[in-house]
Amino acid sequence: MPAIVIETNQTPFNTVDVDPVDLDIIENALRSARVEMDAVLFRTAMSPGIREQHDEFPLIANRDGKMVVGQFGAFIHTFLQNYDGEIEEGDVFLTNDPYSCDGAVSHTPDWLVLMPIYKEGRVIGWAAMFGHMTDSGGRVPGSMPTDAQQIYEEGIIIPPLKLYTKGVLQSDILNLILHNCRMAQWNKSDLNSLIAGCRLAATRVTELSTRFGDDVYFSALNELLDRTKRAVGELILANIPEEKQSFEDWVCDDGMGMGPYRIACSMWREGEKLIMDFGGTDPQSAGAINFYCNEEMMKMYCGVFMIYLADPQILFNDGFYDLMEFRIPKGSLLAPQKPAALSGRTHALSRVVDVLNGLFGQGNPDYLCAAGFSASPHFFFSGHNEHGEWFQQYQIGFGGIAGKPSGDGADGHAMWPDFTNVPNEFVEAMYPLRIETYAAIADTGGAGLHRGGNGVHTGYRFLRAGQVSIHDDRWLTHPWGVKGGLPGARSSKILERADGTRSVLPSKCDRIKVVPGDILQFRTWGGGGWGDPFERAAELVLDDVEGGLVTAEGARRYGVVIEESDGDYGVDAAATETLREELREARGSDIPLFDKGGDLADLIARCEQDTGLAPPAPPVFPDWVDKGEAAQ
Amino acid sequence: MSYRLGVDVGGTFTDLLLINEADSSFHIAKVPSTPADPSIGVLNGTDKVCELAGIAPGQIEHVMHGSTIATNAILTGKGARVGLVTTEGYRHVLQIARSFVPGGLGAWVIFNKTPPLAPLKLTIEARERIGANGEIVTPLNEDALRQSLRHLKRKGIDALTISLFNSYTNDAHERLAGRIAEEELPDVPVSLSCDVIPEMQEYERTITTVCNSYVRPIVAKYVRNLSDELERRSKGVKLHILRSDGGLTPPAGAETVPVNLLMSGPAGGVAGALWIARQAGFENLLTFDMGGTSTDVCLIRDGLAQTRRDTTVGDLTVRASSLDVRSVGAGGGSIAHVPELTKALRVGPESAGADPGPAAYAKGGSAPTVTDANVVLGYLPASSRLGGDMQIDRAKAEAAVGAIAEALDFSVERAAQGIYDIVNENMVGALRLVSVQQGNDPRDFALIAFGGAGPLHGNALARILDCWPVIVPPGPGVLCAYGDATTRSRDEASRSLMRRFSQTSAAEVGEIFADLSAAAARTLDAEGIAETERSTSYEVDVRYSGQVLSLPVAVDIDAFRENGLAHIGDSFDALHEKLYTFALESEREIINLRAIVQGRETLADAGRITRGNSDPSAAKVAEEKIFADGGWQDATIYQRDLLQAGNIIAGPAIITQLDSTTLILPGHDGEIDDLGNILIRPQSAG
Repeated sequence: MPAIVIETNQTPFNTVDVDPVDLDIIENALRSARVEMDAVLFRTAMSPGIREQHDEFPLIANRDGKMVVGQFGAFIHTFLQNYDGEIEEGDVFLTNDPYSCDGAVSHTPDWLVLMPIYKEGRVIGWAAMFGHMTDSGGRVPGSMPTDAQQIYEEGIIIPPLKLYTKGVLQSDILNLILHNCRMAQWNKSDLNSLIAGCRLAATRVTELSTRFGDDVYFSALNELLDRTKRAVGELILANIPEEKQSFEDWVCDDGMGMGPYRIACSMWREGEKLIMDFGGTDPQSAGAINFYCNEEMMKMYCGVFMIYLADPQILFNDGFYDLMEFRIPKGSLLAPQKPAALSGRTHALSRVVDVLNGLFGQGNPDYLCAAGFSASPHFFFSGHNEHGEWFQQYQIGFGGIAGKPSGDGADGHAMWPDFTNVPNEFVEAMYPLRIETYAAIADTGGAGLHRGGNGVHTGYRFLRAGQVSIHDDRWLTHPWGVKGGLPGARSSKILERADGTRSVLPSKCDRIKVVPGDILQFRTWGGGGWGDPFERAAELVLDDVEGGLVTAEGARRYGVVIEESDGDYGVDAAATETLREELREARGSDIPLFDKGGDLADLIARCEQDTGLAPPAPPVFPDWVDKGEAAQ
Repeated sequence: MSYRLGVDVGGTFTDLLLINEADSSFHIAKVPSTPADPSIGVLNGTDKVCELAGIAPGQIEHVMHGSTIATNAILTGKGARVGLVTTEGYRHVLQIARSFVPGGLGAWVIFNKTPPLAPLKLTIEARERIGANGEIVTPLNEDALRQSLRHLKRKGIDALTISLFNSYTNDAHERLAGRIAEEELPDVPVSLSCDVIPEMQEYERTITTVCNSYVRPIVAKYVRNLSDELERRSKGVKLHILRSDGGLTPPAGAETVPVNLLMSGPAGGVAGALWIARQAGFENLLTFDMGGTSTDVCLIRDGLAQTRRDTTVGDLTVRASSLDVRSVGAGGGSIAHVPELTKALRVGPESAGADPGPAAYAKGGSAPTVTDANVVLGYLPASSRLGGDMQIDRAKAEAAVGAIAEALDFSVERAAQGIYDIVNENMVGALRLVSVQQGNDPRDFALIAFGGAGPLHGNALARILDCWPVIVPPGPGVLCAYGDATTRSRDEASRSLMRRFSQTSAAEVGEIFADLSAAAARTLDAEGIAETERSTSYEVDVRYSGQVLSLPVAVDIDAFRENGLAHIGDSFDALHEKLYTFALESEREIINLRAIVQGRETLADAGRITRGNSDPSAAKVAEEKIFADGGWQDATIYQRDLLQAGNIIAGPAIITQLDSTTLILPGHDGEIDDLGNILIRPQSAG
């Protein structure tokens, strides 16, 4: 049964003409309000994932629940369809259940706060915000067991419920939830911050509506949605061919020794409509790498990707969703059925993004970027400090941005919006470890006319006994290069024990016991290169060599010969010319659009030798799932 | 007799204000700036203002100077070649930075990172390590460091930064490395992070210190030249440079820690606004300084300008205290455009700058700017003088704005009104950042409008934010020089503590306060300011244990002596509740402590003007049509220097003067006070 929204004022909203300048003013004011929501959250939240790394997403929606400002599109419509109950002024909703909100949040650590904005008895909009909590209970610290097989292992599951009923906090519910979390004080603070952000949005929306009049505000939001729809419609017509384009990429393994998992997608245009068909994607996994893919979020990503090069000032909003259709096979890795585990969803999410980039690039070569650090690998360290207090660290890694038409990919950065790293001095002051190395890794970015960014080497020296968990990927497959650019290097994790032994850790693992003196060498992956590396100016390669970003040996991938004497470097111009000629000849004239670093069979065959890890076994898919159209 | 001279160097003009401290009389001079060597303009202007005042330069005792030299070095990329020493394993600290890609979802597609301010090839690692508690984990390898420094010397550097990991907990290695660097590179100025900003966070500490090194040779040379030349003209004159935080520093401080001068220019405007407004009886102010390419705003509460811990210039942000001045790329030269895709009207951030400038200036510009919109609307009448020599070409302005009108299918005046309204909205956004977003209600503040374009837009902004009155000071275009001339000496000292309340004590905190106030007082000692003429204030950055961002809490030292840490804790809870609507029961944590020592205020008064009655007609010079609130209306034009105290001007009206033009909208009155300020309020408010 859909929700019943209680409004004490039945006066209908009227659609009126909005002065175009007023429209732009309302757009700007909403944009500012969103920035204010972020500011409140960053200042007050406690989970480092939210406050430092900005793993959080605010939005403001219109009366119908369509997102007008935000990042990933709204899920409010779905919520209204599924919530069985009344919605009243003062209610504040909370959920972390992906299966109850069509994947708007995609794993249990993301807690979503949602509230209707009432003005004089009528709903004039919605505010929502979600953030990644350090812990939500469950089997392991951080609530993301790499080998989970059901969502019930991943912490407390909160269905959409009223945390506040008509303005009154339901403290029994809150206590029940917090009682299940290892870092309850942090959850409480983070939740307060999310609510404060939403309330701030409500204040701003009410002010705006008062300033311009309720009917003008109501009409203006519809006009803003239409405006974006018109713009994206033109972009689709201009950039998406009617001919079908297809692309596929892989999640390397599932944390239980099986893999890789295929993500496939085809893209084409029918009239003014963009179709994305994920047919051919593997069925859902028995492990935790399933990604409950929210269609709205993916539409938003596609729209934004096109908008960015055209007019970055355009307001991203939900207006254009009718112009896109996503076909995702039920029971596949991207539309798993309950109770599939979801906590390792970050890998499939980032691979979907890589696939979309590859598709858009085929449709319009101006858009073609290499694959880069589209992920956010997790590192967890927990235990008891010297005062006997429980500590729990959750950190995400950074890596090489893809080479792209506009230039090189940055070293050690993030492709997800607003993410920032945690200062290492801050980490050392808070947790019993020492970060002995924090550097870009030379040669990990793929060579190209525009090179891929380098991955990051973080050396964690542990000063207390504890346990470590890791979620990572791209250890088997490469981030691909394009247009002659080479692929980026893969990730690795090596544990050097205080006793002198050394082991390669799998990319997904839990409860690795560490003792004082052990050191974990955590290396993330680089971005793929863009364009012909032999065309890159030798001086730029020399700069990178002098900066420790490319080695003298690595410079040869660009066909550049570097000579060194007494710590000074220079380009041997004659030798460079000769080498480039040789390499060009060896390469031939047929340069493939994508370079994935070899086909999958090769990578698997060389796996043990290249990575020190046994290759994953072919996946066995759960037999209880109705696999729909998914590939077998 | 004792004279003080305030000097503000702007992009086009250098403004000077000479104050006779004995009777508060003053003289103003405006000379062209000399960007190649700004000190020439300063010295020319000094000669001119002395001539106007009929005094010998030797009679000037103090010169206060707001300078944009450090800022310009960064904006134009013309700073020093900086070498950097980091701890082993951290060579890429500036390359990785905070891993942040600005712009939002998908923005990496257009993000191209600028190279580090200290080039990687000039960045070397020192083999050493300090732990998080200040313990020495690995002693500094001195021989290896010498080798690396010699290598740097061969490559040639102008300045050196040493920024080692965890040096905020123990500076021994940095100081030792600094001594070695001075031996190996005797002619290169060395900046240590523990001197510049002894606070946690390796990237922020390093970039701040590198920025210091980057501007240091240029600033040092400029300050030395200026100070030598001034000394030659006026023996014994004391030069003071205005800092970003609104304090003054002697030349030595400016030379060694120039990173504190990045906001020196805007700080002069804030100080000037504060000085004139306070005498007019206003203590709560939003300052609004609108120039040709950008607008600076700042909030002043209870007579105190708010400060922040970061300073941003272009895309560079460093950890240096500055007045909380927010800039938006909105000015008279901002260009309006209509993107094909959306047909939305956008204004800025691109600017026509001074050259070619707005179309109306007839210097070759044809892009429609905010100034052109003002001309079309009649707010900048042909009789306004724009600094004396520039004529306004209305036809060119109409042609430029006409292109926007065509794209939107508007009339030309409606398009102009749109440009005017949108740029106002952008500036309101900046005013919101300093007011509502910091928990301040703009309705409790007056808006002081200055800069060349501020008085044209102040009334419209106040109408949106409901902050009255709008104060237009007598010299809106030279207010920074007022600020320079009237500001007081100030210095601060800080250190990190990083202790929860339960891990420290009132005694420990009190002891640190005493050390910090002594350190901060050294600048004032050097200037010979007597202890009886100083005041000291204290601040502590506090957060709930688990938060990462802290709030600066002002400490009432008497209340602290009486109630100890509880005083700090209660103040923090109250502030947190005010800003974020909630406080927590979590334990509180002290991050940084600061002491700020200030000298006395100048005694100089603003001059009074002749008092008349409410009738301003003696200052009336013309009648013209202006477009406002959707239609053409008759407006009266007044000449500013003919107005008398007590005059009340009914809007719509325009008041012209040499350095600015003021617009009073329909439905508003402008009252002239005894200092010559125009105070604009809605008519209904009486």
